[in-house]
Amino acid sequence: MQDQNVNHTNPASSIQHPASKRYLFDNPRNVKILLGCFYASLLVLLIIEWFVHKHPHFDWEAWPEFYAVYGFVACVVLVVAAKYILRPLVKRREDYYD
Amino acid sequence: MTEPLPPFIIFILGALLVPLLKGRWKSGLLLLIPVLGFINLVHMEEGTYWIVPFLDYHLIFGRVDRLSLLFGYIFHIISFIAILYALHVKDDIQHVAGLVYAGSALGAVFSGELFSFFVFWEMLTISSIFLIWARRTGASLGAGYRYLLVHAAGGLCLLAGIVLHVNQTGSIELGYLGLNGPGTYLIFFGFGLNCAWPVLHPWLTDAYPEATITGTIFLSAFTTKVAVYALARAFPGTQALIWIGAVMTSFPIFYAVIENDLRRVLAYSLINQVGFMVCGIGIGTALAINGAVCHAFNDILFKALLFMSMGAVMYRTGKINGTDLGGLYRTMPLTCIFCMVGAASISAFPLFSGFVSKSMVMDAAGAGHMRIIWFMLLFASAGVFHHAGIKIPYFAFFSHDSGMRPKEAPVHMLLAMGIAAGLSIFIGVYPAPLYSLLPYPVEYVPYTAPHILGQTQLLFFSALAFTLLLLSGIYPAEIRCINLDVDWFYRKGGRLFYRVMARTLNPINAASERLFVKGIVRSIAHLSKDIIARLSVFVMVTFWMLTGLRGERLRMRKLNLYADVMGGTCPVGLGAGAATAFLVLVFVLM
Repeated sequence: MQDQNVNHTNPASSIQHPASKRYLFDNPRNVKILLGCFYASLLVLLIIEWFVHKHPHFDWEAWPEFYAVYGFVACVVLVVAAKYILRPLVKRREDYYD
Repeated sequence: MTEPLPPFIIFILGALLVPLLKGRWKSGLLLLIPVLGFINLVHMEEGTYWIVPFLDYHLIFGRVDRLSLLFGYIFHIISFIAILYALHVKDDIQHVAGLVYAGSALGAVFSGELFSFFVFWEMLTISSIFLIWARRTGASLGAGYRYLLVHAAGGLCLLAGIVLHVNQTGSIELGYLGLNGPGTYLIFFGFGLNCAWPVLHPWLTDAYPEATITGTIFLSAFTTKVAVYALARAFPGTQALIWIGAVMTSFPIFYAVIENDLRRVLAYSLINQVGFMVCGIGIGTALAINGAVCHAFNDILFKALLFMSMGAVMYRTGKINGTDLGGLYRTMPLTCIFCMVGAASISAFPLFSGFVSKSMVMDAAGAGHMRIIWFMLLFASAGVFHHAGIKIPYFAFFSHDSGMRPKEAPVHMLLAMGIAAGLSIFIGVYPAPLYSLLPYPVEYVPYTAPHILGQTQLLFFSALAFTLLLLSGIYPAEIRCINLDVDWFYRKGGRLFYRVMARTLNPINAASERLFVKGIVRSIAHLSKDIIARLSVFVMVTFWMLTGLRGERLRMRKLNLYADVMGGTCPVGLGAGAATAFLVLVFVLM
């Protein structure tokens, strides 16, 4: 996964410093491609659902896009609750117990 | 063919041999032990072996059935992986502790009655503590002591329960107990402590991240899983476990989102995964129990894999906090890939091991129409992907560039991670061999179109939430801090207790010192010397006055005599005279 874009950030420098090597995600274009693939796969997942026959335990499992919506909402709730409720309650300095 | 040995014996004898060998021989022996054990294990047939008479009872060291065999297999596999991972360690204490720890876990799993089970249960605590202390930092020492105290309390609880239970029923058999009578409640509680139930859990998140890099791999595999085994053995179908398990799956993920130490994130997700097993045992149907133990098998592998990848990062960089790491995929690509395999497995991606086991528990909850439980488990499934599946690899290997360019992990670590990753994928792709080992016949088919689609949607849209929250800046930044947990009560409570005791007992102590040691005793000592001097002065002055001594000479003699008696330097004649006079006085008075 490394070494796909072995360009030097500073071509003038002849010394190949490790930090100056460019790796896969140092190129913003590759990050964009990755995100693009990711969003496209989300869309595909939403579409496939209409062609899959379900046999659910519960009624709501048959609702359209139930799992997608639940996954998204659950994670937003999780992060928001952890950041705005739990963290203010429990965060202490690193030397709290010392 | 010789008779198989009790599995724990191979590990404990091996542990005793380890300090005697050096270099390659030691490495060879370490790797040979689990291999020999495994060969021994596959030659075992179901039944009851190694029965030793003890007082009026019979100790059973080998109750071999499908449940104990499954745990036996995975404990051997993970021992091999953990030992391979730890080959570079030069510290014999860690090797011996690791082997004894694994041996105790095997002993507990195969013991058929409560006495030997209890002994192995306590050996688990004692041996594991050295894996924490071996890090030799102040933090690990403190965490180790707290770990020891909490487990000692849990162990005593279990012992009390066993005594009550045996007293009540007269049987020491470790079979189905169920919740009836105070003895079984205490046993239940003792198991629950090792299982890291909510509120009883902080020993785990406190101690595991403070253990050595290689010790954590052992720790993540044994203590909680032996407890899961014990619950599956003694309390299947106990209603309370359903709720306990569901809470276990849900609450740790909130902590995992805001925790900075990545190994502590994994410790929280360990509780979350054990929650699925506990819940499955509580549901108690064949599908649920199968799911619980199957998930235990898979969890041991992928949780060890995740801890190993973080351990490799820690080994190479010396850092483990999310704030210090980032961008390591550049120079540690293999570790990064293995970490992502572990992450995909724990998140139950299709084709990875978590998918074929976690869904059995979910399905059992669905089949039992437990709505709230099902929603909690689904929430936990999304959440575990969020913190263990994305957060761990993202903050360690991607995220901002920390500027560190460490070397790739050593070969033996890569091999260990490779084996765990390979097994996780193999089980995910082809679960039939594992299914054939489960306690009950398996009719479950994990790969159905709606199941694959539902799970993939759940995970991908969790990932979308992560991506959007991160890009929008809402995702909580990693902060150097500690997050309070239930251990606050005994960490601060212990300190408060100490302070209260110091404030009340120390003044009493000081007052007693002043009153008795410095006061009464000193005056008695002084008096007992002084009174003799005064008496002799009184006697002698009377005598001298009778002989006509007066004035300055009398005063001088008086002073000299007092000083002599106080200093203990009386002329012998005078002393003898005084003693004789005393005897005469006694004689006269009698």
